[in-house]
Amino acid sequence: MSHHMIKGKVFVVGDNIDTDQIIPAQYLNLVPTNPEEYKKLGSYALCGLPDKHKARFVKDGEFKTEYPIIIGGKNFGCGSSREHAPVALGAAGTKAVIANSFARIFFRNCIATGEVYPVEITKEDLNKELKTGDEVEISLERNELKVIKTGKVHKLKDIGDVKEVIESGGIFSYARKKGMIK
Amino acid sequence: MTITEKILAKASGKKDADPGDNIWVSADILMTHDVCGPGTIGVFKREFGEDAKVWDREKVVIIPDHYIFTADEMCHRNVDTLRKFVKEQGIKYFYDPGTPSYSGVCHVTLPEKGHCRPGEVLFGTDSHTCTHGALGEFATGIGNTDAGFVMGTGKLLIKVPASMKFIIDGELPAGVTAKDIILRIIGDIGVDGATYCAMEFAGSTIESLSVEERMTICNMAIEAGGKNGIIAPDEKTIAYVKSKTKKPFECFKSDKDAKYLSVKQYDASKFVPVVAMPFSPDNVKNAADMKDFKIDRVYIGSCTGGKIEDFKMAAAVLAGRKVKVKTFIVPATVEVEKAISTEKIGGKTLVQIFEEAGCDKPAPPSCAACLGGPVDTFGRCNNDEICVSTTNRNFPGRMGSKGSQTILASAMTAAASAVRGKITDPRDV
Ligand code: SF4
Repeated sequence: MSHHMIKGKVFVVGDNIDTDQIIPAQYLNLVPTNPEEYKKLGSYALCGLPDKHKARFVKDGEFKTEYPIIIGGKNFGCGSSREHAPVALGAAGTKAVIANSFARIFFRNCIATGEVYPVEITKEDLNKELKTGDEVEISLERNELKVIKTGKVHKLKDIGDVKEVIESGGIFSYARKKGMIK
Repeated sequence: MTITEKILAKASGKKDADPGDNIWVSADILMTHDVCGPGTIGVFKREFGEDAKVWDREKVVIIPDHYIFTADEMCHRNVDTLRKFVKEQGIKYFYDPGTPSYSGVCHVTLPEKGHCRPGEVLFGTDSHTCTHGALGEFATGIGNTDAGFVMGTGKLLIKVPASMKFIIDGELPAGVTAKDIILRIIGDIGVDGATYCAMEFAGSTIESLSVEERMTICNMAIEAGGKNGIIAPDEKTIAYVKSKTKKPFECFKSDKDAKYLSVKQYDASKFVPVVAMPFSPDNVKNAADMKDFKIDRVYIGSCTGGKIEDFKMAAAVLAGRKVKVKTFIVPATVEVEKAISTEKIGGKTLVQIFEEAGCDKPAPPSCAACLGGPVDTFGRCNNDEICVSTTNRNFPGRMGSKGSQTILASAMTAAASAVRGKITDPRDV
């Protein structure tokens, strides 16, 4: 992963977005490591959101989203350990999820796969402040998110001690770098 | 040190393991199933090569259970991928659908077949792997990439979790079960109340519970965000494990001066039957307070509520009564399936009791509608049904269609609710 600057439209969701909403169980017959099925997973990303969400994350018949950034609330990615969840988001073209907090396995799977950056917000509830379609610019070097329209800058939390794993490109490259595996 | 820290220290070959430490631990068992197995195998082959061998063919346990009884071709293909892999690798423990070795739900199969032992480290590509902490081991769910790593190396880099202690003392009132205890705790701390933490359960109430009931508690640690649930092994645990396996094991328990992030105490004698209303496991209400809430169906099954004891409790409520709504019975495993046709209450087998009460014929063991799955899955909510279920999750769409609603309850509360067609405290039937 090397996108230290991420720019684009945000897709805003609420608290406790669980893995069934990110990728409903009926699509778990798709195997993420098969390229064709990987692509298909992207087309279903976030299709389990309740119908009150008017905007669709990925439009019918498409494989990619127009929103590279998801803004969530508390406990994003709770529920199952399915790696299909970060993979579906990554396959759809999501670069980062910014949320107040993440569920553990989802967070870990983001890092292990290198599919998306899971970044926490320091204080404010960005999902109340931003609307789907707003444009932002994220710097993972400065740990900042800037809202383009207003110019307002929000502090993001440093990703912490897993940074080394992410920077190496996931658990396998990290272990190779450390001489753990060949 | 806590029991979790002791097990992780041992598994990493260190004297201590402090919360926050990132350590490499050795796995004793890696479990995978039909939903995450093919992807895990994909990662394993991509990273270690087409001809690579798993680190230990006796320690990789493969249990297809999620999408078994479906016409979906992709699901069949996924099980075939597992079969091929098992053959090529010489994997010793594989519970193959359609053969006498088939078992059913992975988390009930693992302890039944002796794969869970105190003091060990068990990784599984399923979030409810935390179930097995009930046997005094460190067990946690991981993704395909991490599992592919374990498959090749037998090791994984993990962060030692801080422990939260839940002490539950006192006698549980009649009608109140392990499911009510864990729902109550989740209601208390919230669905992210234990994120990244070990949830350690102790106290006289926990000691009084059977091993199966303890599994129900640890099963739902993930519903509070926990990394693992754990209960120190005692004579009951040891007797249970020895009845399933001859392998030696080591029992650990927390030191008196172990450090906890928090300690919470509960008086079990004040507990009542509860339900978690849609759409979150922490939306917990007393069952009695929801008694006018109409429901469309009841589902008794899954790794949380589809074990022998769950069906015994359900049958005790249903004996001599009739259900008002469609009631699905899904034994978790073949062993549970056998038991419900041999175990008796008042001279009748559990299966007879369910039949006379008007429940649907028991389905073959699998995860079935617990997680929705393909549209032809047994018991799946395909419309806007409201279902009282003994499963563990009720986020939108969990049991099928987005418009359906799941209400989590114990087997007793589920059975009582089936009798009235409304949410019901089992003491009120
Ligand atoms: S029964 Fe439900 S919760 Fe348990 S492993 Fe199967 S799908 Fe998961």
